[in-house]
Amino acid sequence: MADKFIYLDNAATTRLDERVLEAMRPYFFDTYAVATSEFGYSQGIEARERLDEARGVLANALGAAPEEFIFTSGSTESSNIALKGVALALGKKKGKHIIVSKIEDFPVLHSAQALERQGFQVTYLDVDAEGFVDLNRLRDSITNETILVSIQHANQEIGTVQDIEAIGRICREKEVLFHADATHAFMRVPLDMKTIAVDLVTVSAHTIHGPKGIGGLCIRQGTQIAKWVDGGFQEFNLRAGLENIPAVVGFAKAVELVTLEETKRLQEMRDHLIDRMLTEIPHSILNGHRWKRLPQNANITFHYVEGESITLHLDMHGIAVSTGSACFSRSLEASHVILGIGGDHERAHGSIRFTFGRYNSLEDVDTAVQALAEIVKELRKISPLGKDKEKEEV
Amino acid sequence: MKFPYTDIVLEHFRHPRNVGKIENPDGKATEGSPACGDMVSVYIKVDPKTNTIADVKFESYGCASNIATGSIITELAKGKTLDEAKNITWKEASDALGGLPKIKAHCSVLAVEGLRSAIQNYEERHGLVKEKVPTTVEIVRQRLRKVVNPLTGLNVVRTNLVQDIEVTDGVVTVLIDLPQDHQFANTIKDEVLEKIETLWDVKEVMVKFTE
Repeated sequence: MADKFIYLDNAATTRLDERVLEAMRPYFFDTYAVATSEFGYSQGIEARERLDEARGVLANALGAAPEEFIFTSGSTESSNIALKGVALALGKKKGKHIIVSKIEDFPVLHSAQALERQGFQVTYLDVDAEGFVDLNRLRDSITNETILVSIQHANQEIGTVQDIEAIGRICREKEVLFHADATHAFMRVPLDMKTIAVDLVTVSAHTIHGPKGIGGLCIRQGTQIAKWVDGGFQEFNLRAGLENIPAVVGFAKAVELVTLEETKRLQEMRDHLIDRMLTEIPHSILNGHRWKRLPQNANITFHYVEGESITLHLDMHGIAVSTGSACFSRSLEASHVILGIGGDHERAHGSIRFTFGRYNSLEDVDTAVQALAEIVKELRKISPLGKDKEKEEV
Repeated sequence: MKFPYTDIVLEHFRHPRNVGKIENPDGKATEGSPACGDMVSVYIKVDPKTNTIADVKFESYGCASNIATGSIITELAKGKTLDEAKNITWKEASDALGGLPKIKAHCSVLAVEGLRSAIQNYEERHGLVKEKVPTTVEIVRQRLRKVVNPLTGLNVVRTNLVQDIEVTDGVVTVLIDLPQDHQFANTIKDEVLEKIETLWDVKEVMVKFTE
């Protein structure tokens, strides 16, 4: 077993930053009261102040006003609220048609499917070979019945960053609401709601070294959306539930700790990994676009070998990654993203996602490339596939 | 750290035995497909005097349990008579590996099936099939139990994907309960064809879909 653990699965979740934990600590042990109104008791008033401050930090990061940002339990809940809340508000009033891309993450995809079962019509937009939505096709798909377009800012597996500025313009022009799931792009790819015509934005803390179990939904003022989680009057009466003060404080701290320099460093790791893998490991291909992708994401298919075998070998080397292989997942279905960009099952089963974070270095990348090159070579010796193609170019 | 596999599985996974092809094998078979995520090819050389397996090799595209089972099955089969080798069960292979996770049964059973099919291939090629039984719906159904439904990892018969089977004058029609454009439609079709076409009295196989 390797002595050092190299974690390259930062899209799944990230390691918490100690400074975030320190910021959160007082709100577990000292100021643990529920946030009260300004007429409550002093602990509760202080909790309220921290909540308001954190909301300000989050809203500011998205170019929004504080009252446009609500905290949720994470991006899954945020996307559920966005789709189902808009459907509930506009389904009877305006229409029952929703548009999503085929490669959305499950919170959006499965919310859309749930609405379909309730009588909504859903258009699942195709994407091209690099994962981009066709803007003309989007425009043509919008009808008088359309109430919402939900297209992610960046893809969870292949990192493709959509042109949300153009998508926003189309939605604005056609007068339909636009929700962007920015779970993976938040704080790594700029999104300013002052210049981009997006109405709802889903974000999460655990992808930026913040705590798990806290996320948010930014809702542009005036957006018609119904309350989905019922209970008390929290979050401007849009999302009920006790405010998670330590988590919102941690979320705000995590946002403040992300720097442009750091993001550039992640991008260097990404580029270094892609360049080395594609040149040094034969029959490997990049999934997604070479440049218009998340700075912290690389996704590569190694032909003729299966992903779960690769991840197990890497684990024995102390390296953690994820794969689009069915064997790795719980459903035995291959990655809908790789199939969505026109890849076949073999391409999905052999795909490996590397995602970088604060605690990685270029040295980690070199270790991973070296391990991968060996593992892929060994597994190809065993594989019945690709034997006749060894000398061909892929 | 705790892996979901036993030490013996991991040992075979890291150092698989009898890997590769046999040139001009006496029998060979491939089970599974890249679409299912697992595929194994088995090659055998038979000593005709003793009717034993003189050599056996395998190749695997698959997960750890697939590779490890391929490896152990070649060790178990070598030197055995064809009848003995044919009767090696998944349970025996799994026991020899110290146990396999239940969820991985479909990946590992392929190697066991692969060995049986390679022997069957040898017997068919050498006229050793004892009696030629006419193909019936039940025989087709039995063969389709080897086709995995990638949605569940269980076979297509057990998961009710096979809606109907018809056998008329050597023409076999299989109706699959999936839309024609489903993610797995073509894969399942190819596998059904592969399993049924080799039956001695089948002239044509048609795979149809419900939508």
